[in-house]
Amino acid sequence: MLKKIVFLLFVTCFACINTVFASESGGMPQLNPEFWISQIFWLIITFGILFIVLTKVILPKISDNLETRKSQILENIETADKQKEESQKKIEEYEKIILESKLKAKSYFNEAREKILNDISKKRAALEKDLDEEIGEVEKELSDVKNKSGEKINKIAAETSAELIKELIGEEVNSSSIAAIVEDQSKINKERKDV
Amino acid sequence: MASNPMYQFNVYRIGPEIKLGSVDISFTNASLFMVISSLAILIIFNLGAKKKTVIPDKLQLLSELSYSFVAKMISDTAGSKAKPYFSFIFSLFMFVLFCNMFGMIPYAFTVTSHIIVTFVLAAFIFVGVTIIGFMKHGLGYLKLFVPSGVPMVLLPLIVVIEIISYLSRPISLSVRLFANMMAGHTMMKVFGGFVISLGIVGGWLPLSFSVALTGLEILVAFLQAYVFAILTCIYLNDALNLHH
Repeated sequence: MLKKIVFLLFVTCFACINTVFASESGGMPQLNPEFWISQIFWLIITFGILFIVLTKVILPKISDNLETRKSQILENIETADKQKEESQKKIEEYEKIILESKLKAKSYFNEAREKILNDISKKRAALEKDLDEEIGEVEKELSDVKNKSGEKINKIAAETSAELIKELIGEEVNSSSIAAIVEDQSKINKERKDV
Repeated sequence: MASNPMYQFNVYRIGPEIKLGSVDISFTNASLFMVISSLAILIIFNLGAKKKTVIPDKLQLLSELSYSFVAKMISDTAGSKAKPYFSFIFSLFMFVLFCNMFGMIPYAFTVTSHIIVTFVLAAFIFVGVTIIGFMKHGLGYLKLFVPSGVPMVLLPLIVVIEIISYLSRPISLSVRLFANMMAGHTMMKVFGGFVISLGIVGGWLPLSFSVALTGLEILVAFLQAYVFAILTCIYLNDALNLHH
């Protein structure tokens, strides 16, 4: 409100100044009505032409441009979204395949391991069996030899003692009694060893 | 005579005297600058609207930015009902802006520094808005002068004030633009005169002032065109939406 009053005052001041200065230097050319009609006429013509051409020709083009750009951008965004979805699907598929192949590889590995383990245990069992058999045989032989050696030792001891007695006494002694004595002695020896 | 700061506002005839009956409608320097401004607008915006590329070039960007600027201004102040008046407000804004800006060129004539030009524009807007208001709301448009929520005692006074303020719209609108343009250009001329009269010794201060004023005046040129257009939008909003 105040502004408007100030502006009105301005105008009246200019009008007053104009009347004062008019006599001296022509004053404000704005308030000289000589070319007012001409200015209004040319304003109407230029502004009218500007308005008509802008309305009929130029502004529709610009709004068309803006619209097509908008729709094109929307379309592009849509296709981009589609492609994104597709690529996500592909990625999922790829991950699935990788997971599957990983599982497969694991199972292959496990199978091979089991096979090898089986083989190893089989071979080991066979080997152990062989070894056991051989050990058994050897043990048997050893024990045979041991058993036989005891008897042989006794026999040899009996014979040598018989011969020794023969040499010493010059008499033949009953070989069976000698054998019994030798046996007794060897038993005592054994017991001593055991103790 | 050229040192008179008002000399720049003189209107003189270019070419022969044209008479329509008894009225003089000769082509003057003011008419010349109106034509130049309109042609510049048409050429720039036509070039900007010609190419239909997704990524705009400079002129296309300029025209599209001004289009959306004005469209936003209208939809912000007057709502969606004001869309049919978009092209008028766009032309008005561009015309005033280009006239103001051409006036900033040295030795150019500022069309909008003449009260008769701005007054004709403002009066046309005033009459148009009033007609639109009465066409949309009939006599109900008179409710504009009766604001709601005012005590009955104050109502007669308020109504009188409202009517006066409504009727002073074209005057305030036209004088605002005219006075701003004229005052700015006069001031620049005065400071320019100081530069000459103070010479090489003391002329630097007014010269720097003149440079600063040029920047300010370019700002004012834009701002006044914007104010002119946005006030038109506000008046249009009153006529279209009437929620006083």
